[in-house]
Amino acid sequence: METPLTKNIIKGKTIDLKIYEKSGGYQGLRKAMSKNPEDITSIVKESGLKGRGGAGFNTGQKWSFVPMGKDAPKEKYLIANADEMEPGTFKDRLLLEGDPHQLIEGMIIASYAIQASNAFIFMRWTYQNSADQIRKAIAEAHEAGYLGRNILNTGFDLDIHLHVSAGRYICGEETALLNALEGKRAIPRSKPPFPQVSGLFGKPTIVNNVETLCNLPHIIDKGKEWYKSLSITDEGGTKLYGVSGRVKKPGCWELPLGTTMREIIEEHAGGMLDGYKFRGALPGGASTDFLIEEHMDTVMDYSSAMKAGSRLGTGTLVILDDKTCPVGFVHNLEKFFAHESCGWCTPCRDGLPWVEKVLNAIENGEGVEKDMKILEFHTSYLSPGHTYCALAPGAMEPLQSALKYFREDFMKHINEKRCPWRNNYA
Amino acid sequence: MLSKEEIKLIEKEMAKFPVKSAASIESLKIVQDKQRWVSDKALAEVARILEMPVTELENVASFYNLIYRKPVGRHVIHLCESISCWVMGLEDILGYLNKKLGISYGETTEDDRFTLLPIQCLGDCDKAPAMMVDNDLYNNLTTEKIDDILQKYQ
Repeated sequence: METPLTKNIIKGKTIDLKIYEKSGGYQGLRKAMSKNPEDITSIVKESGLKGRGGAGFNTGQKWSFVPMGKDAPKEKYLIANADEMEPGTFKDRLLLEGDPHQLIEGMIIASYAIQASNAFIFMRWTYQNSADQIRKAIAEAHEAGYLGRNILNTGFDLDIHLHVSAGRYICGEETALLNALEGKRAIPRSKPPFPQVSGLFGKPTIVNNVETLCNLPHIIDKGKEWYKSLSITDEGGTKLYGVSGRVKKPGCWELPLGTTMREIIEEHAGGMLDGYKFRGALPGGASTDFLIEEHMDTVMDYSSAMKAGSRLGTGTLVILDDKTCPVGFVHNLEKFFAHESCGWCTPCRDGLPWVEKVLNAIENGEGVEKDMKILEFHTSYLSPGHTYCALAPGAMEPLQSALKYFREDFMKHINEKRCPWRNNYA
Repeated sequence: MLSKEEIKLIEKEMAKFPVKSAASIESLKIVQDKQRWVSDKALAEVARILEMPVTELENVASFYNLIYRKPVGRHVIHLCESISCWVMGLEDILGYLNKKLGISYGETTEDDRFTLLPIQCLGDCDKAPAMMVDNDLYNNLTTEKIDDILQKYQ
C-alpha cells in the first residue's frame, strides 16, 4: 500500500529540504515546469483529485475557472487554507509539521498552473509549531531557488507569505478567508463573483486545502493513472483518515480513499476501549451527519458517504460511545457553531443560539416535548439555500441525524426531566 | 503609546500588502505581543497608522477570538472546548482548573498570573483533552498533569 503524503513523516520530527529532495522532493515541480500551465490543470482535473477540506470539489475543475492568457489580470493569488478548525479534525497539522516542503512544492505547482506570482498560507494561530516549520521551509526553498525570481530558470516568479490568523472558525470558509487576509472582519462574501474570477483584492484567486495541495507533487511526478490506482474506489488517491473518542488507538492514517468505516475504526484505531460500545460517528468533523452501526461497512469516499446520508467531510471521525450522552454531545457541537457564527445573516445568527439553548435545556432536564419541534424546525430553517454560507447548514447535519438515530435518548431526557448519563455519573 | 519598535514592525507588515488596512490583524497581534492586550488607546493609534477608521479596526479586533480587548494575566490558558475533548473528560479538567485557580472563563487570578479562556478545537483530538498555555500545547491532560504544567508558568 502506497502512502505518498506521509511516507516521509516521522512522529515528532520535521523533514528538512535535504531529506525531502533525497526522497524525490521537488521532482514533481521540475516536471510541472516543463509543461504548459493549462496541461497541469488538465492532468489534475483528470486525476480526479477532490478538495480535501470538506467540500470535495474537483481541484482541476476549480482551477479551470481562473482567467488565463494575455488578457487575464496580471495579479493572481493562490492560497493554502491551513485554518484547520473543524472540531475533531487534526489531519493537516500532521502534514504541516511533518513535511512542510511537500505543501510548498504543491503550492508552487498550483501557482504555476494558474500563473499566480504571490501565494499565502492562511494558518490558524494555535498551530504555532506548524507556523515555525513553514517559516523555515519557506526560507530553505528561497535559498535553493524554488521560490523567488526566475524559479528553476523558467522565468516564473513566486513568493509565499505566511499569515497567522487571530482565530475564528468562519475563516476556513474561502470567501471569509479572503476578507480576513484583507484585514477585514471575516464574514463570507456573496457568490458570484466566485473567487476564481474575483477573489483577494479583487483578483483571481484559488483557495485549496493543505491536504489537497500536498497531493499535487505526486500526481505530477507519477501521473494521473498511478494516482487513480491508489484508491479502492474510482475517486482516486489516498486520504488522511483520523479517529478520536473512546477507541484504543486514536490517531491519523493515510489510507486508500474508499477504506471502510469498519476498517478505520476496528483495525487502525484498534476498536472501542474495553467497556465502551460504539453508538455512532461523525465521519468528517463536526458538520457531518452521524453514521451508526448499520453503516459500518460504508466505503468512506465522497459518493458513498453521501449515499449513507452523510458526507466524507474532512475524513476525521469523532466517535460517540454508549457512556456518552448524545444530547450532551450534540449540545457541545451546537454551542461551538453558535459561538462561531459570524453574525452576518439572520437565520444563522438567531437560529444557532436558539438551538443551543434548547439543547442545553433538554440536557439539564428542563426540556418539554415542544422543544423537539423547535429543533426539527431549525434543521429545515437553516438548511442549504437559507443562509449566506455553509456554516449553519453544516451545524444542522449532526442535529438532524441525532434527532433521527437518537430520538429515544432525547425523549428520555424530556420525560425523566434529567440526563440519564449525568445521573449515572453521580 | 506605541513604542518605536511596535510602529516599525507594523510598518513592515503594511508594506507587504497593496492596501495598508490589510495589515490590521498582524498589527493588533504586534501590539498584543508587547502589551499582552489591545487597549482602546493602542487601537486608536494603530488605526491612525493604518489609515482606517477606529470603529472599523474595532470591528476587526472584536471579531477574532485571540485578540484580547481586556487585560489578561502573565499567562493565558486556552482550554480546548471541542467535541473530542468534551468526550474525553473536558468537564473534569475545567472543574479542576476552576477550583485550583479560583477563576472561571474570562477571569484572571488575583496575582495576575493566569487568565482562563475557552478555545475551539486545538487540532489535537487524538490526544484529548488538550490545552494551550501561552504558545505551548499540552495534551492527554489529567488533573495530576495540570499541576506540573502550571508550575512552569510563574
